[in-house]
Amino acid sequence: MSELSTLDRLEAESIHILREVAANFERPVLLYSIGKDSSVLLHLLLKAFAPAKPPMPMLHVDTTWKFREMIAFRDRTAAETGMELIVHINPDGVRDHVGPFTHGASLHTEIMKTQALKQALDKYRFDAAIGGARRDEEKSRAKERVFSFRDAQHRWEPRRQRPELWNVYNTRVHKGESVRVFPLSNWTELDVWRYIAREAIPVVPLYFAAERSIVEREGLLIMRDDERMPLAAGEKATLQRVRFRTLGCYPLTGAVRSDAANLDEIIAEMRASRTTERQGRAIDHDPKSSMEAKKREGYF
Amino acid sequence: MSAPNTPDLLRFITCGSVDDGKSTLLGHLLYDAKLLRDDEMATLGDPPDFSRLLDGLALEREQGITIDVAYRYFSTAARDFIVADCPGHAQYTRNMATGASTASLALVLVDARKGVLTQTRRHSYICALLGIRRVVLAVNKMDVAGFDEAVFAAIEREYRELAAKLGITDVTAIALSALDGDNLVARSPRMPWYRGPTLLEYLERVPAQHDAIDTPMRLPVQWVNRSGQDFRGYAGTLVAGRIAVGDAVVALPSARHTHVTRVFDGDKDIDAAIAGQAVTLTLADEIDIARGDVIAATHDAPEVADQFAAHILWMDEAPLLPGRLYFFQLGPASAVARVTAIRHRVDVDTQESLSATRLEMNEVGYVHLSLDHPVAFEPYVKNPALGGFVLIDRQSFATAACGTIDFALRRAANIHWQALSVDRTTRAASMQQHPRCLWLTGLSGSGKSTIANQVEQRLHALGRHTYLLDGDNVRHGLNRDLGFTDEDRVENIRRVAEVARLMVDAGLIVLVSFISPFRDERRMARDLFGAGDFAEVFVDTPIELCEKRDPKGLYAKARAGELRNFTGVDSPYEPPLEPELHLRTEKESVDALARRVVEFLERG
Ligand SMILES: Nc1nc2c(ncn2[C@@H]2O[C@H](COP(=O)(O)OP(=O)(O)O)[C@@H](O)[C@H]2O)c(=O)[nH]1
Repeated sequence: MSELSTLDRLEAESIHILREVAANFERPVLLYSIGKDSSVLLHLLLKAFAPAKPPMPMLHVDTTWKFREMIAFRDRTAAETGMELIVHINPDGVRDHVGPFTHGASLHTEIMKTQALKQALDKYRFDAAIGGARRDEEKSRAKERVFSFRDAQHRWEPRRQRPELWNVYNTRVHKGESVRVFPLSNWTELDVWRYIAREAIPVVPLYFAAERSIVEREGLLIMRDDERMPLAAGEKATLQRVRFRTLGCYPLTGAVRSDAANLDEIIAEMRASRTTERQGRAIDHDPKSSMEAKKREGYF
Repeated sequence: MSAPNTPDLLRFITCGSVDDGKSTLLGHLLYDAKLLRDDEMATLGDPPDFSRLLDGLALEREQGITIDVAYRYFSTAARDFIVADCPGHAQYTRNMATGASTASLALVLVDARKGVLTQTRRHSYICALLGIRRVVLAVNKMDVAGFDEAVFAAIEREYRELAAKLGITDVTAIALSALDGDNLVARSPRMPWYRGPTLLEYLERVPAQHDAIDTPMRLPVQWVNRSGQDFRGYAGTLVAGRIAVGDAVVALPSARHTHVTRVFDGDKDIDAAIAGQAVTLTLADEIDIARGDVIAATHDAPEVADQFAAHILWMDEAPLLPGRLYFFQLGPASAVARVTAIRHRVDVDTQESLSATRLEMNEVGYVHLSLDHPVAFEPYVKNPALGGFVLIDRQSFATAACGTIDFALRRAANIHWQALSVDRTTRAASMQQHPRCLWLTGLSGSGKSTIANQVEQRLHALGRHTYLLDGDNVRHGLNRDLGFTDEDRVENIRRVAEVARLMVDAGLIVLVSFISPFRDERRMARDLFGAGDFAEVFVDTPIELCEKRDPKGLYAKARAGELRNFTGVDSPYEPPLEPELHLRTEKESVDALARRVVEFLERG
């Protein structure tokens, strides 16, 4: 070999970051959200520490509203890789029957995702939480650090973020403080798909186009994954050929009409795409909750 | 891995001052290259204002959030790009350095009407400092400079002169109008005299990366990989050269020799790897290698040293004071470092050398640095991965500086410490005591000396061998040359701590009675001693009470403005967070407090 490609470089950079985490923190964890970025992260984690097992567990914060296919994929992945999987559900949310239909998208996300994540980080005293966020996802992430510093209340303080030079990371934190680590910072959505294809990484089948039962609501194509989603008068589900560009809680995640049924077709579709991936997330259309504000609160 | 035709990656930084047209240039470039998505196009408005797409800075200014490097990603058919978009003002020098550290090319923007300005010099200097040797000089706003070839030629000439001085060896100047799109993607019909490439052509064709594949192999070890009973691998990113199974290697700083038995890419055995790849190696011999060590080609290994001459760029709000200790991080290697001398400061605008006793945020200095143990390194110009380091504040953990190693300094006596046959254990045994340093800190007039005197008398009565170092007395002799600036206070403490250490080594119980207002310095003192050989005693008296006592009339003078930098009045006191003993003088008598101190010492 004589030259490294973009994917080679991105892979090496991410593995380097993952090893820094393992070497410098007492209780690191991989935040596993089951999506394509998490699949890539897990793959990189396994590579970084092979032939040994990665020295950290993975954590899934389950909002109880994920697609059923995601949960099945999660459990299969944990079994196949032998990774320790911790699942955390906010017990307060369960007690109060919190859900997107009864409480609205923002409150549901706040309680079942943001608060739940903080609960889990506190409960297991994780000092480094590895996530799959990328800088190209959204304008306010363009300045995010690879090692993003959080105070003891998990708050992101712009003034306390540290300059990051070369690939030398300052990983020191005081007791109670923590970092979120983003090894995929420099990847684009297209890089993620090209890498999934190159390395034959399994992903949730929802990313591939298929006939699915879809309800159109406020401009989003929602897949009715179970009976908990009430239908309004006159609303009905129809079979449509769709796929998902991002995965989250099914009532909040819009599908896109697509015929891309395999990785090559997805990559071709991406190259021709005229929109960015966040289009499909209901939470981002909520005007009161800009990404910047959510980040300060501790949302990923 | 990489097949032919898979894209490569160009990382570059854009430097320009507000209103030079940086946002317009990038926005228009992406637009003309048809790289914008529908939702991004919508933000431009009609007619399109290209600056809106990327003008994160304006947004940041409005929202009052930190102005920072923003990273942008785009790809053309030819390659992928990562752009570090950096703010240009002097107060953001550190942000520019951050962006430059990972870039192999700088796009330096100049307004054709203004030519090469102070900020152009600053931006170019920072880029050169961080090792960028290739610059594309974008001479913008040619539309309002009459598309005049002479204007362009004059700017290019002046810039080339500057670049040559800074060691920037590869300059390409392009005449542009970011607003109208001239020479961005399409060749400008309005400047037929310009025969160079368009900006996009240039960016797509310039060599992308500076991997040191054809230099001797270096692998800084990040992680020792243990699996099962016998597997022991060394994981890290190859920062130079190639490595293959069978290669002879040396581990540094231990200088043990062995050879490579396996190379892993993930869980796959491979025959060889090249610079840039993250790999795991196994070695033929069981030698002790830890994180931070460097595995290198035996025939041409890097140097090992603990003293360096280096450039540093100060990034913290608290200034650099020589003598203070910082954590040092060079790749995965870490150490404790002290700046022993600031040779000079460099004015980032004029590149002039100035004398300096401290460095403030965003200032660059050329310094001497001393580490607590040796590390493998290379000069930054030769290999940034083994020559680029950061300094970390030991209290706030803030990243305080970045630096680039120039060369190793030979110690006057580059010899190991004389192994003395009579050592401190034997001395302590003959005195029948546990030699220690008792460090009393507190405000002037808090009662340190009174308590220390009492303690010493009691210890003497018990047959202990002691010595009392008192701030005022030491200032009359050993530290007569020092004043009360922050720098001098640090040096004052350093000397006293060193003297105390020698005395403890000699077997004495040393009482140090010093205001010592800064936590960092007390920590520096503590770090000179073995665990259990140092105890911090906080003599805690409210300032109102100290001021009322005012035994030497100093507070009165300070209040009257006759004394400057007086602790508690116009210079801060940082109380200890976890002292071994906390003495509250307004609650207990001197007698009772002294008894407590002696009990503490006699407990062992
Ligand atoms: N005439 C002319 N104006 C330009 C050109 N490039 C940028 N400008 C203008 O200069 C101003 C500042 O541009 P902007 O891109 O926001 O600058 P930045 O602060 O460097 O990002 C805007 O009013 C632009 O329209 C150019 O090539 N010609």
